[in-house]
Amino acid sequence: MASVPSDKPHLPTPVKLLIAGGFGVGKTTMVGAVSEIRPLRTEEVLTDRSVGVDDLSGVEKKTTTTVAMDFGRISVGDDYVLYLFGTPGQERFWFVWDELAKGALGAVVLADTRRLSDCFPSVDYFERRGTPFVVAVNCFEGAPVYDLAEVKLALSLPPDIPVLLCDARRRASGKEVLITLVQHAYSKRPVASV
Amino acid sequence: MNPDEQLYDEQVVRPYVISRGRTEARANLDLISLAVAVRQPTGLEVGLDPEHVAIVKMCVRPLSVAEIAATLDLPAGTVRVLLGDLLDAGFVAVQDPQPEVDVLDERMYRAVLDGLRAL
Repeated sequence: MASVPSDKPHLPTPVKLLIAGGFGVGKTTMVGAVSEIRPLRTEEVLTDRSVGVDDLSGVEKKTTTTVAMDFGRISVGDDYVLYLFGTPGQERFWFVWDELAKGALGAVVLADTRRLSDCFPSVDYFERRGTPFVVAVNCFEGAPVYDLAEVKLALSLPPDIPVLLCDARRRASGKEVLITLVQHAYSKRPVASV
Repeated sequence: MNPDEQLYDEQVVRPYVISRGRTEARANLDLISLAVAVRQPTGLEVGLDPEHVAIVKMCVRPLSVAEIAATLDLPAGTVRVLLGDLLDAGFVAVQDPQPEVDVLDERMYRAVLDGLRAL
């Protein structure tokens, strides 16, 4: 085998942000609006061990599931590269979320005021995990316009969680949401222990 | 059970053939681990499959496991195995495992915010 060169090339540090929310809320649209590449789709083949209720033998049934995730990339200087991952919409893929959420700097929870409850699982998940997040209300045409305070109340969010309106199709809007998220994550960063 | 279910799932079988049945990657890589080519294959190497060569060719600039997987239409797990082979053979460099981004690094927040503002 050839020897591995000792002078390792400089590789930027990847930083991961997540875009979560219910099915059809505009996650991939937002990824595509801010990404420097067209949104890509990656698939993980996962083995899910589930025990059937009528399985008397006690043998574990293994099923393989393919989970697709859309993602985009934003290069930020020479030292960092930002990856945006849209989380799979279905709740039964929580186990993928754990892998995705590991090491994520923060998350955007996209909400649609017509189906506000669709974003509850995402809010619960990031709250429980302690991942910094902001809620961005995607302004669909024809959707009722609510006051942000009402949305906050409906989601029973802690007062320090930023809630903002956005248009997932527009780069400027997605950019504003991501800046708000990173600023929020910065304010929530753990204090260095001595 | 769905009566139309295939005997095997093509999406699962093909990747396992490419990785020769291996599911555990040698290197500790996640979806955003970056790889970059350090030398290009001459075409005379033994044991390099077309997928290996494709990865080295793509990685003339740093690419993440997720990007490689998406471009080659392979599951991320298969790409991890192939990258492990390429790492052993000295074709690519991969990032040292970084389980978590350093959330205490103020420089990182500044760089990310500057990058986003420049979008």
